[in-house]
Amino acid sequence: MLKKLLVANRGEIAVRVIRAAKDLGIATVAVYSDADRDSLHVQIADEAVNIGPPAAKQSYLNVAAILKAAEETGADSIHPGYGFLAENAGFAEACATAGIVFVGPSAEAIRMMGDKVAARSAAHAAGVPVVPGSMGRVADIEAARHILIETGFPVMIKAAAGGGGRGIRIANSLAEFEAAFPQAAAEALAAFGDGGLYMEKVVSRARHIEVQVLGDGQDAVHCFERECSLQRRRQKVWEEAPSRALSDRVRDELCQSAVRLTRAVGYSGAGTIEFLYDDASDKFFFIEMNTRIQVEHPVTEMITGVDLVAEGLRIAGGEPLRLKQRDIAVRGHAIEVRLNAEDPSRDFAPFPGTVSALRVPGGPGVRFESMLYSGYTVPPFYDSLLAKLVVHGETREAAIRRLVRALKETRIEGLRTTKPLFLALADDPDVLANDVHTRWLEGWLETHSARLVPELEP
Amino acid sequence: MAQLLSPLPGTFYRASAPDKPPFKADGDAVAVGDVIGLIEVMKSFHEVKADVAGSNIRFACDNEEPVMAGAVLAEVD
Repeated sequence: MLKKLLVANRGEIAVRVIRAAKDLGIATVAVYSDADRDSLHVQIADEAVNIGPPAAKQSYLNVAAILKAAEETGADSIHPGYGFLAENAGFAEACATAGIVFVGPSAEAIRMMGDKVAARSAAHAAGVPVVPGSMGRVADIEAARHILIETGFPVMIKAAAGGGGRGIRIANSLAEFEAAFPQAAAEALAAFGDGGLYMEKVVSRARHIEVQVLGDGQDAVHCFERECSLQRRRQKVWEEAPSRALSDRVRDELCQSAVRLTRAVGYSGAGTIEFLYDDASDKFFFIEMNTRIQVEHPVTEMITGVDLVAEGLRIAGGEPLRLKQRDIAVRGHAIEVRLNAEDPSRDFAPFPGTVSALRVPGGPGVRFESMLYSGYTVPPFYDSLLAKLVVHGETREAAIRRLVRALKETRIEGLRTTKPLFLALADDPDVLANDVHTRWLEGWLETHSARLVPELEP
Repeated sequence: MAQLLSPLPGTFYRASAPDKPPFKADGDAVAVGDVIGLIEVMKSFHEVKADVAGSNIRFACDNEEPVMAGAVLAEVD
């Protein structure tokens, strides 16, 4: 078992990881930038170390400063949270070299899944359906012509070293493709230091469905799926579990294929395998694997009762998987919404500031994951996530009613937040019927965003 | 003399990208509406436009420096 954990992150995820470690009896070390001196994660950790100026590259992305903090405090392990260094194979390697346990998969697994072409090949080899397209990097336009016969148009040109929605171009015709291909190669080289490209068919009106997995390097289990089809600019805003769109047969195939891939790459820790699901053809396709804990992990915890962060810490401490597949069952329905410091009526303009008063929702089936407290000043240097409101109910309908109830209880005074977006979505016929896809929200916002005016208390 | 203030808290950038020249060099003249820099707030970028005209701009803030709303970014004559 780990003895002392350094959490190399900030905000709500640092708070979440520190809580999980403390619940397991592991001592905790927070790190913080000059802008985060007053943060909740600094207050609740056993120790805290300043690692530099506000700019992330000088603090939360500063590998040398983080390893020095671990050495000085005697931490035997580092949890990267999500974002920052979480999917940085070089950081995982540097931890190993320093004799510190990196809570997550091996550097090799991070590297393989971070290379989108290698990940696609690994998925294909494990018998996981992939989006029709190239089976590797596409050398030139000549090579691309053969692949276009299979994919048709529109087609995506993607950077092999990209990810998270970056480095993607869509071509609607051969002429557009021939113009876009060399531009995409030049852009990928400039942005990622690697001009390699691959191609994928555009699956229109698809749902985003992802499977939560846990592995110990040998064995692997799944904790069922989440649906995250409500997205804005490829960022998820509302996530739920299980997906109402899947039949039991498709759910089983999807989850089994995720377990096969997790085993095939010798994955260790908590991870997520992302798929597109096409309602019309009832088919799913692998997109990518995220080799870290995800923002939306609590919805899975709510329906399975598994503490994913705690399981990740146990696995990192050398324990084999405690859970057998038959131990993991779904109960009820859970929904998470991301309360961001943004004004949804003004194109989601960021709104950092001071929380003048805070009223937190509660009661049965409600979880509020946040670093906020009354008087806290949200710094402008990092992302805008303030809180995740997670609700659980016996059915999806009950969960939505509970979401509305909990949102109305929530008051974050002094800031503008995305709360009005979720109150409106929870009352929308398409959302209530779960008749959505990954481009649905952007279309809906064009006609609805002006009405999403946040209440702003002085 | 007039001051150009930051409308937002965040990180101040003098150029649109690291490999691009600055919007304004020290000593340049400024017209109302000229972009003098960017402020990055929570991972989104906002142009800072001059609300006064003047000559001989002098920056009080370095590239990539954290600023608060109302901080003096530059002065003009």
